[in-house]
Amino acid sequence: MKTKVRFEIGFEQILDPEGRVLTKRLPAFARDPDEMLHMYRVMTLTRAFDSRAIALQRTGKLGTYASCLGHEAAHVGTGAAMTETDVLAPSYREYGAQFWRGVKPEEVLLYWGGDERGSHFSGPVHDFAWCVPIATQTLYGAGAALAFKTREEKRAVVAMLGDGGTSEGAFYEAMNVAGVRQLPIVFVVVNNQWAISVPRSAQTRAETLAQKALAAGIPGVQVDGNDIIAVRKVVGEALQQARQGKGPTLVEALTYRLSDHTTADDARRYRSEDDVAQAQTLEPLGRTRKYLEALGIWDDTKEQALAAENKKIIEAAVKTYLNSPAPTVTDMFDYMYAELPDTLREQRKTAIEESAAHE
Amino acid sequence: MSKITLLEAVTQALAWELEHDDSVLVFGEDVGANGGVFRATDGLQKRFGANRVFDTPLAEAMIAGLCVGLSAQGMKPVGEMQFSGFMYPAVDQLVSHASRMRNRTRGRLSCPMVLRAPYGGGIHAPEQHSESMEALYAHVPGLRVVIPSSPRRAYGLLLAAMRDPDPVVFLEPKRIYRITKQEVSDDGQALPLDTCFVLREGGDVTLVSWGAMMNETLKAAAQLATQGVECEVIDVATVKPLDLETLVESVERTGRLVIIAEEPRSCGVGAEIAAAVAEKALYSLVAPIERVSGYDVIMPLSKLENNYLPSVSRIRKAILRTLEAER
Repeated sequence: MKTKVRFEIGFEQILDPEGRVLTKRLPAFARDPDEMLHMYRVMTLTRAFDSRAIALQRTGKLGTYASCLGHEAAHVGTGAAMTETDVLAPSYREYGAQFWRGVKPEEVLLYWGGDERGSHFSGPVHDFAWCVPIATQTLYGAGAALAFKTREEKRAVVAMLGDGGTSEGAFYEAMNVAGVRQLPIVFVVVNNQWAISVPRSAQTRAETLAQKALAAGIPGVQVDGNDIIAVRKVVGEALQQARQGKGPTLVEALTYRLSDHTTADDARRYRSEDDVAQAQTLEPLGRTRKYLEALGIWDDTKEQALAAENKKIIEAAVKTYLNSPAPTVTDMFDYMYAELPDTLREQRKTAIEESAAHE
Repeated sequence: MSKITLLEAVTQALAWELEHDDSVLVFGEDVGANGGVFRATDGLQKRFGANRVFDTPLAEAMIAGLCVGLSAQGMKPVGEMQFSGFMYPAVDQLVSHASRMRNRTRGRLSCPMVLRAPYGGGIHAPEQHSESMEALYAHVPGLRVVIPSSPRRAYGLLLAAMRDPDPVVFLEPKRIYRITKQEVSDDGQALPLDTCFVLREGGDVTLVSWGAMMNETLKAAAQLATQGVECEVIDVATVKPLDLETLVESVERTGRLVIIAEEPRSCGVGAEIAAAVAEKALYSLVAPIERVSGYDVIMPLSKLENNYLPSVSRIRKAILRTLEAER
């Protein structure tokens, strides 16, 4: 039999776990101290936010929360690769990307605290809200990309999902239509090795998740998801291609979920502490800091100042969140349709009366 | 003004809106060069170009997903489901996203989209082509479910659906796609959504139906009129949200209600109408509410489908039962 097709999947890594540069061709942003410091600031803010959110949940002040511990490079790197007019279609833990784009920490808290107003982003008003049904965001992400392409706008969509999401039909359908219509969309699979308790090895026999792109006729590439320079570079190049009308890309960012799936999960039930400890040695913040130190733009004093600054931002957000007045009961009716249908008018009235009776 | 079929009215409404609103896109399986398997999009790709009227890959969840993303980002997508029986993969996007986008973002994003699908029995189609599952969609908060029953209403309601700021499931009764012609003026005038249409006035009994069953319902009313029974006939048209005011007002006058529907009986739109009328107008009723519906069975293949679909005689009998009761 003749060979009809062969394929290769590239893997991009720029910083090793010690923060050493592995290439002679650093992207321009990696040589720009302001850019690097900005990314580091958002990464550290995201981590500090994450641990504060978990603490809020543990003390009964927040609902179930999905941690992003260990994903900071993949998330912030992706956000940093986007332009302001691009649109993000996240799943539900990519706060790093969202913070970069202007979503406020108090909005994330409102959402997980059970208040829809959290999804009324004051920053990136065209970005999609969190998406809980796995991989369904890839489909409307493709729809958004089709809107930009139809209107000939130089904008692109980033749809983010996890390794588990690559088993969903929606993901294949989205890549397939994106390929057929050459849509300006980048699918970023943040492969954190775990879909709640199911390991990556139980999702697919495929050697990489990136190669799933090839069946849709679009490029797929792997990147070290703990290396923010590599993530921003690879996603950034893919977005540039997309905005230029050269079609979609799948980027698989390899990382590790260092936390439980959510605060309702206990990962000790299904994975060993040794594995987590091993993954911990590859985590993204340390290597970024080492890189900044090697550039001569970072030290302990600055690190402490940054930690204090992050704490201030987060405590202010927590305060705003905790002091937010409860939503009014009519909100659940008033946003159902542009105009309230008659059939809902009566139910709305009942809800108002009931809520008054409880007060 | 020319006489056209319901199917041609659909095409005409799509063409009008494509012509007058640049943000409208029409797409689905075989809607391009082929003009749709029923020809609902016939000639549209040629007229408006392949950027606005196009074939998609064969994946219904994807078609609905494109609608969600397009509409959330400022376009007016009209997706076609080839048959309503193939629509279930799209339910995820409808339930998880289209119906809740406005609510969950507190108005920041919304989904002004239309998902069209031919539905219902009576054309001897293969398996899974003939079901009447409007209640499935009507159950979802945040959706509008609209079903035309004549060429004029198909034209006006589809225009309204495309101009509506919220997601609309537009179910087209394919049994009557071509059976009647009506004069429809192609003037871009939409009909109101969320409003029932009174097709025949009468004071003895209220007949409520929608979609293809309007024809049998009107026939039964005409037959009984010769015996001196005056039926009021109402086309629900928008089965979600319901225009209860019109329905209740009529029942308050007639004291009798017969609901005629092709859908399976349990938990159907008819059940909702019966419950709502019982809540609001029970003391006006002089006879038990009658439902003439499909049965709670799998929609049979063609040999038995006419035994499933409510007949004029079944409707007539139900009406006569309500008339046995004295005021």
